[in-house]
Amino acid sequence: MGKVLNLEDLKEIKAKAVSLLATRGVCADPLVKVVNGKADVLICGGTGCVASSSRDVREALVTEIKKQGLQEEVRVILTGCHGFCAKGPLVVVYPQEILYCQVKVSDAPRIVSETIVNKQIIEDLIYKDPQSQEQFPVYHEIPFYRNQLRLSLRNCGLINPEDIREYIARNGYIALGTVLEQMKPQEVIEIIKDSGLRGRGGAGFTTGIKWEITQRSPAKPKYLVCNADEGDPGAFMDRSILEGDPHSVIEGMIIAGYAIGADAGYIYCRAEYPLAIQRIKIALSQAYEYGFLGKNILGSNFSFDIYLREGAGAFVCGEETALLASVEGRRGEPRPRPPFPSIAGLWSKPTNVNNVKTYGLVPQIILHGADWFRSFGTKNSPGTATFALTGKINNIGLIEVPMGITLREIIYDLGGGIPKGKAFKAVQTGGPLGGCLPTEALDTPVDFDSLVQAGATMGSGGMIVVDEDTCMVEFAKYFLTFASAESCGKCVPCRIGGRRLLEVLTRISNGEGKPEDLDEIEYISNNMKEASLCALGQLTPGPVMASLRFFRPEYEAHIYEKKCPAKVCKGLITYRVIEENCTGCMVCKRNCPANAISGEKREVHYIDPNICERCGICIEVCKFDAILIE
Amino acid sequence: MLEKATITIDGKKIQARYGQTVLQAARENGIYIPVLCDHPALPPEGACRICLVEIERQRTLQPACTFPVSEGLVIHTRSPKVIEARKFSLELLISDHPLDCMTCEATGNCLLQDLAYEYGITGDRFQGEKHQYPIDASNPFIVVDRNKCILCRRCVRACAYINGVEAISVFYRGFNAYIGFGADSTMQDSPCEFCGSCVEVCPTGALWPKMAFGRGRPYQLQKIQTVCTYCGVGCQIELQVRDNRIVNVFGVENAPVNHGFTCVKGRFGNDFVHHADRLTKPRVRKYLLESGKRDGKDRGEWVEVDWDTALEIVSRKLVETRDTYGSDATGVLTSAKCTNEENYLMNKLARQIIGTNNIDHCARL
Ligand SMILES: Cc1cc2nc3c(=O)[nH]c(=O)nc-3n(C[C@H](O)[C@H](O)[C@H](O)COP(=O)(O)O)c2cc1C
Ligand code: SF4
Ligand code: SF4
Ligand code: SF4
Ligand code: FES
Repeated sequence: MGKVLNLEDLKEIKAKAVSLLATRGVCADPLVKVVNGKADVLICGGTGCVASSSRDVREALVTEIKKQGLQEEVRVILTGCHGFCAKGPLVVVYPQEILYCQVKVSDAPRIVSETIVNKQIIEDLIYKDPQSQEQFPVYHEIPFYRNQLRLSLRNCGLINPEDIREYIARNGYIALGTVLEQMKPQEVIEIIKDSGLRGRGGAGFTTGIKWEITQRSPAKPKYLVCNADEGDPGAFMDRSILEGDPHSVIEGMIIAGYAIGADAGYIYCRAEYPLAIQRIKIALSQAYEYGFLGKNILGSNFSFDIYLREGAGAFVCGEETALLASVEGRRGEPRPRPPFPSIAGLWSKPTNVNNVKTYGLVPQIILHGADWFRSFGTKNSPGTATFALTGKINNIGLIEVPMGITLREIIYDLGGGIPKGKAFKAVQTGGPLGGCLPTEALDTPVDFDSLVQAGATMGSGGMIVVDEDTCMVEFAKYFLTFASAESCGKCVPCRIGGRRLLEVLTRISNGEGKPEDLDEIEYISNNMKEASLCALGQLTPGPVMASLRFFRPEYEAHIYEKKCPAKVCKGLITYRVIEENCTGCMVCKRNCPANAISGEKREVHYIDPNICERCGICIEVCKFDAILIE
Repeated sequence: MLEKATITIDGKKIQARYGQTVLQAARENGIYIPVLCDHPALPPEGACRICLVEIERQRTLQPACTFPVSEGLVIHTRSPKVIEARKFSLELLISDHPLDCMTCEATGNCLLQDLAYEYGITGDRFQGEKHQYPIDASNPFIVVDRNKCILCRRCVRACAYINGVEAISVFYRGFNAYIGFGADSTMQDSPCEFCGSCVEVCPTGALWPKMAFGRGRPYQLQKIQTVCTYCGVGCQIELQVRDNRIVNVFGVENAPVNHGFTCVKGRFGNDFVHHADRLTKPRVRKYLLESGKRDGKDRGEWVEVDWDTALEIVSRKLVETRDTYGSDATGVLTSAKCTNEENYLMNKLARQIIGTNNIDHCARL
């Protein structure tokens, strides 16, 4: 493939590429009809599905298709993440758009013979709603997808991320071509400003304004950085986009580079994302090959390069100044701002830092206009939010929803509610630096400002749901343990304050809490918030503050009554045999890893609280409900 | 960069300049803001949070040592919030500190101690885990006690920016972060050159000269400002002396030549001063005082004389040699230990008085 020299040529390439997506009925061009007799089998190649052997399933399907002599008509394509990771490996058969869940290698012959050849649905592989038991064979009709609005994720799971032509078929690089041929840098910035796009990396700073500050900053050269560090445990939105639609991010970066007047961009991606890194590399080399990167892009005067930098897996390296230090090859530690990166970033030159999703949305805003983007979401938070939905919720996975949707809608309509009929207790947004919200806050709209007002944050997009069995002290301690271990250690309030706060929480959950500890939590938290150098230290107390605010009685029970109401904190619970129920079957005794249980056959057993490790195995194995926690 | 900006600190309007930090502007106007990690010879770090001030319209407290001046800033250096935050950081530092000030070498010369005193921090606010690091006394010059380190990173910056060696860096993170040498070796096995710049700037007793241990409190030491005798650069040093013996050597902070820093020799190479073999008076060969004639190959013994006698012999011999064998029979070798002025004078002596160009300099020590 030679370099594409102008927008017209690019549109021609697109017109040809569209046929690649014909069977999937999803091309941007409505004129292309579904081709009869052909089929595309899409297998999720996201990290989650790969971990559950989707690559083997793919091999099995390829082999089976060959065996049945169908390789001319049927293509097998490994896509990026579909988001519905809990049900992986996922397979979608087009043109019928049938979704099969938890597909095994042994299912391959059935899928080929029954679905592809005979157009039959395989009942036991389709998605069944866990509550209503209703069956949903068609991919986009299942409740998990039906309620989503996919802008950032529009190509994820739909196209082959390793084939630039499929991206082009979805209008890829048309925005870039349009910008280079028809727009001045300032016009691009105006559109982004008008769209109201706010950074998806957590803080929600207005993207157009950041671009403008960087553009106006006098020093040269200027740089661009894409923050793909995504260190928030459990979050995988950025990874999914880089794995499933890397070109959208690259195109967004090139457009931003043009608008700002930057010479080069860096993608900073954590090394723990090998698949994303591999796909970025492939995408970059294809973009160079087509002339979307390098000298005189699409025949214009604009030249731009993108380099990939791999991070070594420190959460704090997601903080922009630490990230810049790391790109420069120094220890990844934040430095005080001002000066902000827009004024003095990489090698002290003006540098625009944006998140993966922020760049990824840019091409679509350019193509469809600022008003189009503003038509989604709320006035002050236009567009969509992506979340990694996890915890005690039926549909675990990656979702994208319009801003302004309520937490309740996300948890119950998309997430399918809480499993095993348990009661909802809290939802943590904003990851380890965010906060939890209780039942009373379920009708909070999900947008940058409302979440902060309610006591949590948008953060980078983790959403963890917990049920009645969760102890909120323990829950807060979990995040605090993470955040304080990830402190870079530069500033005193975070380095030592985080540890001292963790010590207070540990004391409380061990039943050694003192009445003054709640004041101590507030004292440490308030001062960490005020005095820490970067947002990591400032927000480390967030989860503790939020849980103390909404679940204070639970803390008080730990301190004053030495009780853990959720019966979780090991220092505050004992396992006891209920004499009336115990049959002396000896199952618990045999299974106890600590040998804490004594008792003869057909006699009531006894758990020695001094030996018991509170692992809970005995409760699980007892068939007579004869063990309780108190 | 010289553009003026009017800012208000504690209600007082002052003229500052763009390019200055709030701390610099405050200092220029005689307003005190405490610091711990900041050091005038080093780039600011913003790590200790002791210099925090309240700046109106900023979301959180800001470090004065890094915050750039701009028109209209309104700054409060002693608001209750500021005082509480400073105390908080000090309480935290003290909660992971040995508190053995009684026997600590740095007592009386420790910024942490001074600030704890100023803010009334006693050390019982937080009880929690304290580090127990082994002491690194592997080298002849510097003792490293990480238990006393407050991670201000002054040493890291001094080694990188002053000496250009980068022997020190921070290892690990969070509560487990510590300063280390080379690739986390002992100081002895690292690229360290023992210039002592790190010791100079360390605000606590974490880095301390080995020679000074147990030899006196700051107030028991006499402080004598002098010029290092090693080379012509002429670094100003402060000898801390007890009973007429050197206990410790520091650089003189505002000395124009060295700004408080020295090389390894100036700081640690002073054991010759009190050495038994050191000559403190001139000596001449005995025969020179008597017949002036040598007995064969035997040059005879040394005798102590006064300077006039010694110099008189030297000048007589120089003149004799010139007059008998010609000007170029004499060569002059001067020393880098001399000042430029001294070397200049030797040059004059060689060329104008003796009349030879045979003059050179040992260029190094
Ligand atoms: C501890 C910490 C971790 C962060 N991690 C990320 C991250 O993984 N990805 C990201 O885009 N932004 C992260 N941020 C936010 C960045 O500092 C920065 O605000 C963001 O990349 C700007 O991009 P945006 O304007 O597109 O949101 C983090 C911030 C902090 C304090
Ligand atoms: S707040 Fe924590 S992570 Fe941020 S600079 Fe300070 S020590 Fe490092
Ligand atoms: S003595 Fe000098 S070279 Fe050695 S660590 Fe200290 S500053 Fe660096
Ligand atoms: S050794 Fe001294 S100068 Fe170095 S970081 Fe520790 S306290 Fe600061
Ligand atoms: S002196 Fe400013 S943060 Fe340490």
